[in-house]
Amino acid sequence: MELDGNALAGDLREVFAGDLTAAVFTCAGCGHAGAVATLRVFQPAPGLVGRCPSCEDVVLRLVRTPDRVFLCLSGATRLELSLDGE
Amino acid sequence: MGIISRGFGGRRRESSPDLPPGQYLTHDFPVLSAGPTPRIPLDRWQFSIITETGEKHTWNWDEFTALPADEFTVDIHCVTKWSKLGTTWKGVSLDTLMADVESAADYAMAHSFGGYTTNVPVEDLLDGKAWVAYEFDGEPLHPEHGGPARLLIPHLYFWKSAKWVNGLRMMPEDEPGFWEAAGYHMYGDPWSEQRYHGD
Ligand SMILES: [Zn+2]
Repeated sequence: MELDGNALAGDLREVFAGDLTAAVFTCAGCGHAGAVATLRVFQPAPGLVGRCPSCEDVVLRLVRTPDRVFLCLSGATRLELSLDGE
Repeated sequence: MGIISRGFGGRRRESSPDLPPGQYLTHDFPVLSAGPTPRIPLDRWQFSIITETGEKHTWNWDEFTALPADEFTVDIHCVTKWSKLGTTWKGVSLDTLMADVESAADYAMAHSFGGYTTNVPVEDLLDGKAWVAYEFDGEPLHPEHGGPARLLIPHLYFWKSAKWVNGLRMMPEDEPGFWEAAGYHMYGDPWSEQRYHGD
């Protein structure tokens, strides 16, 4: 059965509603896995840049405009969130 | 995050014919950085232009600084809303660096030590509009401001003036660089306030 993206609504709400700093990223550069809270974050810059504490590659970029937020996760192969305890 | 949103929204516009819309004047030189500041020893510095056919032109520091250089005074405009007027630089024009490069590409990706990239149309690099600069205010360019050398394209927002630049890769099609992929404008004209994707 093929559905459209609306079928993801419930799962994505779970992912993006919580505190993502506890989520575990996996670095696309070196494979290091760690909590988002352990990223090395650099500012001021045109946006926030989160770098891998192991290899310094860029894991995420976050750009705020007056009316939008862009989140670029191309430096992470995945995010892992714990569902229990919340 | 709060600091970013305050910085973007909180300043009143000043009026000056040299000030693009939405910008304010600053007299210091803010340091914006997306990562640790690379320290590049001059004996390991190089600048390369790689064409769409893979042909590579490379200059080491001695070769680069032996090229004819311009001293020039320009206004710079950062997308975080500060502008600094009348800054004085010394650098090698891209016309000089591209003189022997055979390329029909319409776009270039600037690459930097540390991994930063930004995309620029080739026509914005030529005809005296862009330099690889290595002195600011009569002094060697400080690493915090992109030394040993940075790209300088003063007619575009300053994120296009890649710090620690080490080369250009010629591209037949436009591709997004570091900030462009994360929501910033592909071109970045300060006079049209092309800050973000869709502006
Ligand atoms: Zn890594």
